[in-house]
Amino acid sequence: MAQITLENLKHSYLPNPKGIDDYALKEINTAWEDGGAYALLGPSGCGKTTLLNIISGLLTPSEGKILFNDKDVTNIPTTERDIAQVFQFPVVYDTMTVYNNLSFPLRNRGYTEDKIRSRVEDVAKMLELEDSLQKRASGLTADGKQKISLGRGLVRESVNVIMFDEPLTVIDPHLKWKLRSKLKELHQRLGTTMIYVTHDQTEALTFADKVVVMHEGTVVQIGTPTELFEHPQHTFVGHFIGSPGMNILPAEINNGEIGFEGSLIKTLSNTSSNKVNGKLEIGIRPEFIHFNSEKTGLPVEITKVSDLGRYKIIEAQHKQHAIKMVAYEDVSIPSESPHITFDPDKTRLYANGWVVS
Amino acid sequence: MINKTTNQKAWFLVIPVVLLVAFNALIPLMTVVNYSVQETFGDNIFFWEGAKWFEDVLKSERFHASFLRQLAFTGMILVIEIPLGIAVALAMPKKGFWVSVCLVLMALPLLIPWNVVGAMWNIFALPDIGLLGRSINALGIDYNFTQQPVAAWLTTVAMDVWHWTSLVVLLSYAGLTAIPDAYYQAAKIDGASKWAIFWKIQLPKMKRVLTIAILLRFMDSFMIYTEPFVLTGGGPGNTTTFLSIDLVKVALGQFDLGPAAAMSLIYFFVVLLISWVFYTLMMRNED
Amino acid sequence: MGIELKGIVKQVGADTHIYKTDLKLTKGGFNVLLGTTLSGKTTLMRLMAGLEKPNKGEVWFDNKNVTGVAVQKRSVAMVYQAFVNYPSYTVFDNIASPLKVKGVSKSEIKSRVESIADLLKLSPMLNRLPAELSGGQQQRTALARALVKDADLVLLDEPLANLDYKLREELRDELPKLFADSGATVVYATSEPLEALLLGGHTATLYEGKVIQYGETPIIYRSPNNLTSAAIFSDPPINTASITKKEDRFYLSSAINWKVDEPFKNIPDGDYTLGVRPHHLTPENSHDKAVKIEGQVQVTEINGSESVVHVNFGENNWVSESHGIHPYKIGESAELFINIKHSLLFNQQGALVSV
Repeated sequence: MAQITLENLKHSYLPNPKGIDDYALKEINTAWEDGGAYALLGPSGCGKTTLLNIISGLLTPSEGKILFNDKDVTNIPTTERDIAQVFQFPVVYDTMTVYNNLSFPLRNRGYTEDKIRSRVEDVAKMLELEDSLQKRASGLTADGKQKISLGRGLVRESVNVIMFDEPLTVIDPHLKWKLRSKLKELHQRLGTTMIYVTHDQTEALTFADKVVVMHEGTVVQIGTPTELFEHPQHTFVGHFIGSPGMNILPAEINNGEIGFEGSLIKTLSNTSSNKVNGKLEIGIRPEFIHFNSEKTGLPVEITKVSDLGRYKIIEAQHKQHAIKMVAYEDVSIPSESPHITFDPDKTRLYANGWVVS
Repeated sequence: MINKTTNQKAWFLVIPVVLLVAFNALIPLMTVVNYSVQETFGDNIFFWEGAKWFEDVLKSERFHASFLRQLAFTGMILVIEIPLGIAVALAMPKKGFWVSVCLVLMALPLLIPWNVVGAMWNIFALPDIGLLGRSINALGIDYNFTQQPVAAWLTTVAMDVWHWTSLVVLLSYAGLTAIPDAYYQAAKIDGASKWAIFWKIQLPKMKRVLTIAILLRFMDSFMIYTEPFVLTGGGPGNTTTFLSIDLVKVALGQFDLGPAAAMSLIYFFVVLLISWVFYTLMMRNED
Repeated sequence: MGIELKGIVKQVGADTHIYKTDLKLTKGGFNVLLGTTLSGKTTLMRLMAGLEKPNKGEVWFDNKNVTGVAVQKRSVAMVYQAFVNYPSYTVFDNIASPLKVKGVSKSEIKSRVESIADLLKLSPMLNRLPAELSGGQQQRTALARALVKDADLVLLDEPLANLDYKLREELRDELPKLFADSGATVVYATSEPLEALLLGGHTATLYEGKVIQYGETPIIYRSPNNLTSAAIFSDPPINTASITKKEDRFYLSSAINWKVDEPFKNIPDGDYTLGVRPHHLTPENSHDKAVKIEGQVQVTEINGSESVVHVNFGENNWVSESHGIHPYKIGESAELFINIKHSLLFNQQGALVSV
């Protein structure tokens, strides 16, 4: 178990980085609590895998330090950091049985046979692999092999942190949720610090207690799934999280009132008024837009309705702006001159991409 | 109800190859089969001998001797070249400028015409004026490959190792670079020693490539002719007379076409059989 | 018009990959093939394209028998899961390749390629090689190549599976618009029910080489004709339990029972299977006819605004998907309500009981 601290961490893959664009990871300063379940979420190329490899020691950062429980491990090799990592595609030793695969890390560290047997059997039970222990590892399905990869990390007793690098990539879609819940269950049971890298918001938000959203090498926001959903600090977070993502629309300020295309949305609070300069936008999630039966609010034209069973995604158009709405199963869509309102409590104002209120 | 959908015109593209192969391989092969079951003194007069030549060859001591010599030679070079090739491949860099340099260096021995290889080593190993020969003698070891059977063997094996290990190196290298980084990373995390990484990750992942390397080296060395012939001529005496050298002696030297043809076919089947058995054994566990 | 498979069977050695299938797919709108991996989607598409010959049956396109016609002679375009582009051609040449094969004039090639590239936002990349592009851009190039061909049949085999989830969302929005004007029959294979629902059109559910059901997507979703179809079209998986009807009540267990609704009053007594979609099992009592069950929580997954709760209830492992945050702890006992009005009833053979 370990608290992980990143101090002034920066990394460039080039030997002589000149400008900030040469850095795959631009400055990161953050501390993660012991025993937490974290997700590193972001699109391809945002630096999440780089960060993961720095934490595991497979990569040494160009600048900055990384500490496990206040001990500087920046230059300590992987084998001595006591970490476990599960990769994108299953890594198993083909020539060995499942049992030998799971016992391999313990054998390398000189455990006795009895100790090995009890640890392996415990872990096999947790992962539902007990019946496959004597089979050849190469004969298992993809999710079985991923479990073996995971198992090799779990057998070791002192593991500071377990890291997952997009581990569900090769898993059959209809088995993904099973493995996802299993990982969550394991975390709640073992309490080990776990860091999960993914570009899939469902995986990140369901697994993690706190999600680290990354974009182009920087950490944009760290927060619980609810915080990210309701209070995105940056338009990127608003857009990336949620399916469909937040609607970002141009806004104006008139006499302390925030407006969109001439319609009043909400009043600007006094504390925020001095931060208001630059490009102004409002962000409103599709779930927080409602039809207004009194025909006040914004008139829209409905261009498309997709029925997804549990909810419907409605694409509407107001002047030249496309707005997406989510309506739950029993909500009816007005057939004539629909009007919509944005829930003012859930509408956020952004200046140059960063949240104002 | 179902029409063949394949493009019939494609067959026309294959005809030239078929004709070429027929002319260069099938027809001569049939000629050999023809000769192996008959006796001729020339002038296209043939007498049917049936299986006589085959029996003669299989019983002949001369054949047994050269067969054993051949097995010994092939065994020796496989035992040296395969591990050596793998070791060199493991030592080669995977990234950076030196990769191309190493690959070119490795490829060089393979580009030299085989008789030139034989001639090179011949001069190189000459006890009086050859760099190698003279150096060994200068060290106090009495070395003369034209007269000593052991020296002849060692020189021939050394020549083959110098010439062909590169093939094993290049094939192994290709197999090694195909192993994804994640395996090495996982092994590091598992605390595996370098030896364990070799046995449990690298060697199993190179299985296919090594099968090809061993098969190629086996076939080529079992049929070897040019290099040892230019180097030692099969001597001293017949100590380095391998199967194909002996076959040529029988066919062209003595003009015993019948026995030579029979020997050719037996030779062919032996290579085919060993290759097939080996390949089947190696591939039987593939999913 | 469109493509029709009549009595198609495909066997490879001793295995049957596609069992006797009759399927008629129409032009306009997407035809989605929905099923798990190895259910036969790719094989079916290859049969439609002409890359594989069926062992039995015929393939008809636009009312012509095209069984046995080589794929080069058909008007087909295919996009794969792995981004398949000519690695040594620039994006421009990649997109232009089918036109070059057809012998179209240079000036026409230029104008068509440029307009398609514009549509797919590839205009700034026309001179780059595929290796220099991101995954999304490579797949767009493959899509552009398929579009420019203006083929009568377009086959998309899980084309978005290797992309970032956000990119997948964006492309999924664009795809129907891209193909709307082309007049082609579009077939799209996927293993995610959500994609089928988002793309609309028609859906065929596949399972182990058989087409289970085919029809308009919302109808297949709401009225699956059997349990297999319902299961394929559900993510997370549909909750099932055995129930018994006795006179005018359904019994889940002796304690949990409810009155049979009007339409079902006259079905025979006996055993049935109840199918409850996860979002019809909620912690809130949505209306008076809901049936209450109590289960032990295995794990709760919270996703910003929704909660997915896995519970153990009797011998069943059920999943509840609901709005709002419900942070149950492992082992906690949870009260959940089944929305019986929206639940599905299947008979012992697995067929939907409809009235």
